[in-house]
Amino acid sequence: MAVAVSIVDVVKHFGALRALAGVSLAIEEGEFFGLLGPNGAGKTTLISCLAGLVRPDSGTLSVLGHDVVTDYREARRRLGIVPQELVFDPFFTVRETLRIQSGYFGLRRNDDWIDEILANLDLTDKADTNMRRLSGGMKRRVLVAQALVHKPPVIVLDEPTAGVDVELRQGLWHFVRRLNGEGHTIILTTHYLEEAEALCGRIALLKQGKLVALDTTANLMARHAGDSLEDVFVRVMRG
Amino acid sequence: MARAPARQLIGFWTLFSKEVLRFWKVGFQTIAAPVLTALLYLLIFSHVLEGRVQVHGVVYTAFLIPGLVMMQVLQNAFANSSSSLIQSKVTGSIVFVLLPPISHTAFFLAYVLAAVVRGLAVGVCVLAVTAWFAPLRVEAPGWILAFALFGGGILATLGVIAGIWAEKFDQLAAFQNFLVMPLTMLSGVFYSIHSLPPFWQGLSHYNPVFYMIDGFRYGFFGVSDVSPLVSLAVVVGCFAAVSLFTLGLLKRGWKLRH
Ligand SMILES: Nc1ncnc2c1ncn2[C@@H]1O[C@H](COP(=O)(O)OP(=O)(O)OP(=O)(O)O)[C@@H](O)[C@H]1O
Ligand SMILES: [Mg+2]
Repeated sequence: MAVAVSIVDVVKHFGALRALAGVSLAIEEGEFFGLLGPNGAGKTTLISCLAGLVRPDSGTLSVLGHDVVTDYREARRRLGIVPQELVFDPFFTVRETLRIQSGYFGLRRNDDWIDEILANLDLTDKADTNMRRLSGGMKRRVLVAQALVHKPPVIVLDEPTAGVDVELRQGLWHFVRRLNGEGHTIILTTHYLEEAEALCGRIALLKQGKLVALDTTANLMARHAGDSLEDVFVRVMRG
Repeated sequence: MARAPARQLIGFWTLFSKEVLRFWKVGFQTIAAPVLTALLYLLIFSHVLEGRVQVHGVVYTAFLIPGLVMMQVLQNAFANSSSSLIQSKVTGSIVFVLLPPISHTAFFLAYVLAAVVRGLAVGVCVLAVTAWFAPLRVEAPGWILAFALFGGGILATLGVIAGIWAEKFDQLAAFQNFLVMPLTMLSGVFYSIHSLPPFWQGLSHYNPVFYMIDGFRYGFFGVSDVSPLVSLAVVVGCFAAVSLFTLGLLKRGWKLRH
């Protein structure tokens, strides 16, 4: 198995605040990987470094062997990011949004795949609705759709289920599992630990910008003698 | 799957079209409103000054029209790139452009060209509406186009800088009110600088917008305060300078990639 994401000694400060204190991590192709930690642990900052939205002070990151700074075009083509913040462009409909996003990745006539994504995220009947008129949960689904337009081999979901109803959450996990089954590498952050426990094969725990645990979900549970991932989480964070 | 250069081109074209679509969808504010403003300026100033003033042997209203057209080209080119960028920064939707593999050059060209298109669209509409009010000659259309393109390009580029620099809408408004407005208003839109006292005449020569308007007007009447070749050299030189500067900022990810 090749390395999908490689993170080596990444340090990032925001002014005096040390958001990442030297994080190293390798994620294999095809993994369903959980990146967990309390609020402010540095999860989003790490993802932003991977996406090229944040430039690390030191250290390197690469996606399928392509450095995110020196070889950013190839790295970004292989990466689909669902941002944590609920952002949207109010000028466009759902379909326009997805066509535009495809174009940014150099893809034209992407409608077959767009239709498939829309169907899987239960957005088909909203395709021609303006983004402004969607509910919060629907906007979140469009964010997921936008991350998938270019069929990225590595997909990062930063709290994709915040504010999403049960039905969609299940639909979303079904879809993401299918993508994972087809070979896509999935990286997930969430504060719903039951979700992470059920989905993720391996988990990293971040605390104040440091990696405090990294193992398979099963090993973590066994080592910390926890009944649930939540127990493990609480113990690791205390310790 | 398209090859790499084709992908870059599609990426650029998509961002450019999106930017054009953005102002087109709100054309009432972005095109109709500035046309109305220019028309009001024309009605008021020509009413007050027509018959009393001639410039370069041209009746005042005719002299005024190209100045107003160019003023709106410049202000709207600036407004387009700056407001689009600050809006997408404030709402966060700028990530949709930062996540894809769009190069900084493609990013620059897309925002600047779309803003120039807005400037030209407004300019053409202002011209179409105001041309009825005075006999207008067109001596050298090539100069008209060249000055509109490069002048619009400079202001569009300044708009990119301002839109990225500003963190709030009032900072952008300050940039617009204290820099762009004075520079465009005090550049000979409403008068020939030969009618100014020597000190202000001298100062005007340090205002790049003066050359844009003077050269643009030359295209209509074939007369100008300074040689159009000099003006074109100044304007193209300024465009090259601000473009290179802005490309440098974008390459570093200044204020966009933290
Ligand atoms: N642009 C920024 N400027 C200044 N500080 C920042 C910035 N982005 C993040 N931080 C700080 O860096 C730290 C890590 O933030 P980050 O968003 O990575 O946390 P997180 O693990 O994603 O938390 P959450 O679970 O709440 O999303 C926090 O203390 C945050 O305040
Ligand atoms: Mg976060």
